[in-house]
Amino acid sequence: MAKKKLVVVGNGMAGARAVEEVLARGGADMFDITMFGAEPYGNYNRIMLSNVLCGIQDASEIYINPLDWYAENGIVLHAGSPVAEIDRASRKVRTESGLIADYDVLLIATGSRAFIPPMQGLNGPDGKIKTGVFGFRTIDDCDGIIASAKTSRKAVVIGGGLLGLEAARGLMTHGTEVHLVHLGSFLMPAQLDSESGLMLRRTMEKMGVTIHLERNTAEILGEEKVTGLRFKDGDTLDCDMVVVAAGIRPNSEIGRGAGLTVERAIVVDNHMRSVDDMNIYVVGECAQHRGQVYGLVAPLWDQAKVFADHVTGADPDAAYHGSKLATKLKVMGVELASMGITEPEHELDEVVRFSEARHGTYKKLIVREGRLVGGILMGDISKAAYLMQAFDRETPLPDERLSLLFDLGTPPQKVTLDEMPATAQVCNCNGVTKAAIGACVASGKRTPKAVMGATRAGMGCGSCKALVGEVVAWFCGGDMEEDPSVHYYVQCIPLAKPELIAAIREKGLKSVSAVFAALATDGRPDAASKPALASLLITLWNAEYEDERDARFINDRVHGNIQKDGTFSVVPEMPGGVTTPAELMRIAQVAVKYDVPLVKLTGGQRIDLVGVAKHDLPGMWADLDMPAGWAWAKSYRTCKSCIGTDYCRFGLGDSMGLAKKIEGKFRGIDSPGKLKLATAGCPRNWSVAMVEDVGAVAIGDDRWEIYVGGAAGSHIRKGDVLCTVTGEDEVVRITGRFMQWYRENAKYKERTHTFIERMGLDRARAVVVDDSDGIAAALDAAMEAATAAVRDPWLEREKPKTENQFAAPIPVEA
Amino acid sequence: MPQLIGPLSQIPPGEGRIFVVDGVSIALFHTRSGGVYATQAYCPHRGGPLADGLIDEATLVCPLHDRIFSLASGEGIGNDCALAVYPASVLDNQIHVEVKKTHVDAD
Repeated sequence: MAKKKLVVVGNGMAGARAVEEVLARGGADMFDITMFGAEPYGNYNRIMLSNVLCGIQDASEIYINPLDWYAENGIVLHAGSPVAEIDRASRKVRTESGLIADYDVLLIATGSRAFIPPMQGLNGPDGKIKTGVFGFRTIDDCDGIIASAKTSRKAVVIGGGLLGLEAARGLMTHGTEVHLVHLGSFLMPAQLDSESGLMLRRTMEKMGVTIHLERNTAEILGEEKVTGLRFKDGDTLDCDMVVVAAGIRPNSEIGRGAGLTVERAIVVDNHMRSVDDMNIYVVGECAQHRGQVYGLVAPLWDQAKVFADHVTGADPDAAYHGSKLATKLKVMGVELASMGITEPEHELDEVVRFSEARHGTYKKLIVREGRLVGGILMGDISKAAYLMQAFDRETPLPDERLSLLFDLGTPPQKVTLDEMPATAQVCNCNGVTKAAIGACVASGKRTPKAVMGATRAGMGCGSCKALVGEVVAWFCGGDMEEDPSVHYYVQCIPLAKPELIAAIREKGLKSVSAVFAALATDGRPDAASKPALASLLITLWNAEYEDERDARFINDRVHGNIQKDGTFSVVPEMPGGVTTPAELMRIAQVAVKYDVPLVKLTGGQRIDLVGVAKHDLPGMWADLDMPAGWAWAKSYRTCKSCIGTDYCRFGLGDSMGLAKKIEGKFRGIDSPGKLKLATAGCPRNWSVAMVEDVGAVAIGDDRWEIYVGGAAGSHIRKGDVLCTVTGEDEVVRITGRFMQWYRENAKYKERTHTFIERMGLDRARAVVVDDSDGIAAALDAAMEAATAAVRDPWLEREKPKTENQFAAPIPVEA
Repeated sequence: MPQLIGPLSQIPPGEGRIFVVDGVSIALFHTRSGGVYATQAYCPHRGGPLADGLIDEATLVCPLHDRIFSLASGEGIGNDCALAVYPASVLDNQIHVEVKKTHVDAD
């Protein structure tokens, strides 16, 4: 049978998704697919434009279907080629550029555009939109806003809805003064009520955005370029740029031109088919179904599925019944969830409400006949998942309404997942239900990553990733642990760390390439596994390790920490944060001589020279004439200290002296994760030793408490007291023994705070302090051997280890 | 026309280096088994210097954000980016690369 011609007008999220759904139903064998898009790009995730504006993501990261995807699926894409008209009689579309395509089935998915309210002075003398005025709808809009914000002093956003707030947030990150002008009396009227809208206003003003409510913009001032706004009441507001985010309007003109019924958008039946022409379907923001036009992404996914089911015949009865609107979002750092109506509509509607302006927390639910019909959660959205599900499924609510707003002795997560109906949506962006995840797990995908890849759950806005992981774990039950690869030390060798160590020792493998050859699947090397293996081999073999520089991350090849622009940082050793005037002068002279762009004190009480070109490293090290600080490596990093006994009125122990001793002993020891240490001269703990990997705190009479497993980075954990010892030498010995035990047993990149929780503090005490396993002497000896094998890598300045190790880009002449 | 780059020994086995050929920066890699590959010099994601990345016989890992690419085709593995690649070969221990001028330097 000859294939039919499916033509898709619109290459946005709706059009591309609809085509994906068609392909998923074997549509490639039924249709020759041609797509027309107005923008000259592949298909991208418009929701993420606000991240692009904020600089969180790059425009290249928000593509859903890059251009290759079209070719791979045999789709003819005409990007940058908007369709001008549809001739229904001859079933043809014609583009503005005159291109003509025949169709058997036509899908209109032209979406919507930024709505620019009528204002005087919108256009410049050339008749085009005035310089400095932007919509906020496309990648090009985003690029324009970013470029303009760089040189603008004051930016105004018109529109206090979600889009306007996102635009204001984005502009804030570009350093310009930001004002937001809104016609209504409170922000986000579609999602909030007046009280929560005003709370959000206060939060935003605290962040530095000036809000102007109930302001109707009459005119954009300026001749060639924007200089300000004039409001209806005559007041003016000067500014250099304006972003209009006053809502969207469906692109339904194409339908009207073709004689289709258009009200607010193109009117469709339950199959997403035009009510006038059975060969034309419409999905997304340009479709009107049962009087509703949707501007959110979840309804669009549902519509795309119905269209695909119907047009491919996979389900000729497929019908769309409308969507209930519930969204979870983050505006200017404020967590927000909104569903259904925002104000009671009937006399008997019941309102459950909690408000705490001081913390910016607001919760309001509207209950009708025991079911949730509307809700607003702001500040604390911990109950959002449950409530959105209750809203969507119209499930009866518990009698105790208070439990809707707060967790009162919450049931454990498992019970909640047990209770979650199979049809409940876990990922709202991509419309993935609990049942769909279950089916995916049943088909053999047993890790969250695999399930996310197959179902696309969690791949939209990403806010449900944690929940997806929990649901996968729930379906896997105990099985998830049976995925053995999570225990492998590196992914290319199917052995956990103890077995891997045994194999390496037995075969005497001393280089990373030897390990690959002997143990990896097919003897095949794996780039990503190299650093982990190098770290392990150094720990096992010390001086006997056969160093292959290609096995190490760039930081360990050139002994500096790589920065975002490919430059490196130079941190000389400075034990305990103690330096001398002579050292400081040398550091300053080096910074001047090499024109170092940034000199920064580090959290480790050292000095960081940042932004150094690779080829300048050897010269700088030579001029500094200080030992390397190892600030680039997964290794012992440094030992901070407080001022100790020399000058401090409270000092009980010589923390500076001990820090110097510790650093002299352990500098440069490779380890699975970084090791940051500190000593404190008294329990006032000014050097924050209790939140380091190992910390020693003086408690008087030459006694020291040793803390292990502390952390104060992305994870915060107070360290556990491993033991209390007498004398600095004993501190050094126990510290070394603990670190060696960690080196031999931790997974790669597992920091001590995770390690200590995995092994248990009691186990750590038993092995390291009480020698329950009789390995204390062996651990001490291994640490001695390790420290003896360490060389200052900055001495490679004299004799580089590899060819062009520190070379600048190498010129080649023709 | 392939361009003569110079001796293979300029690049240690298993590593990469940046070369500037007639004003175009390229990353050249020398695998442990002796293969030579040439790609654009900077990662399309955030401009990471690809020659500083880890490689094996088939793939390259960007040093900034661990994006993985095929050395031979430049195709992103698990990501949507792609690298420009240039035909490279070794003759008598000399590297030759055909740098197509149509590719814009990504830096």
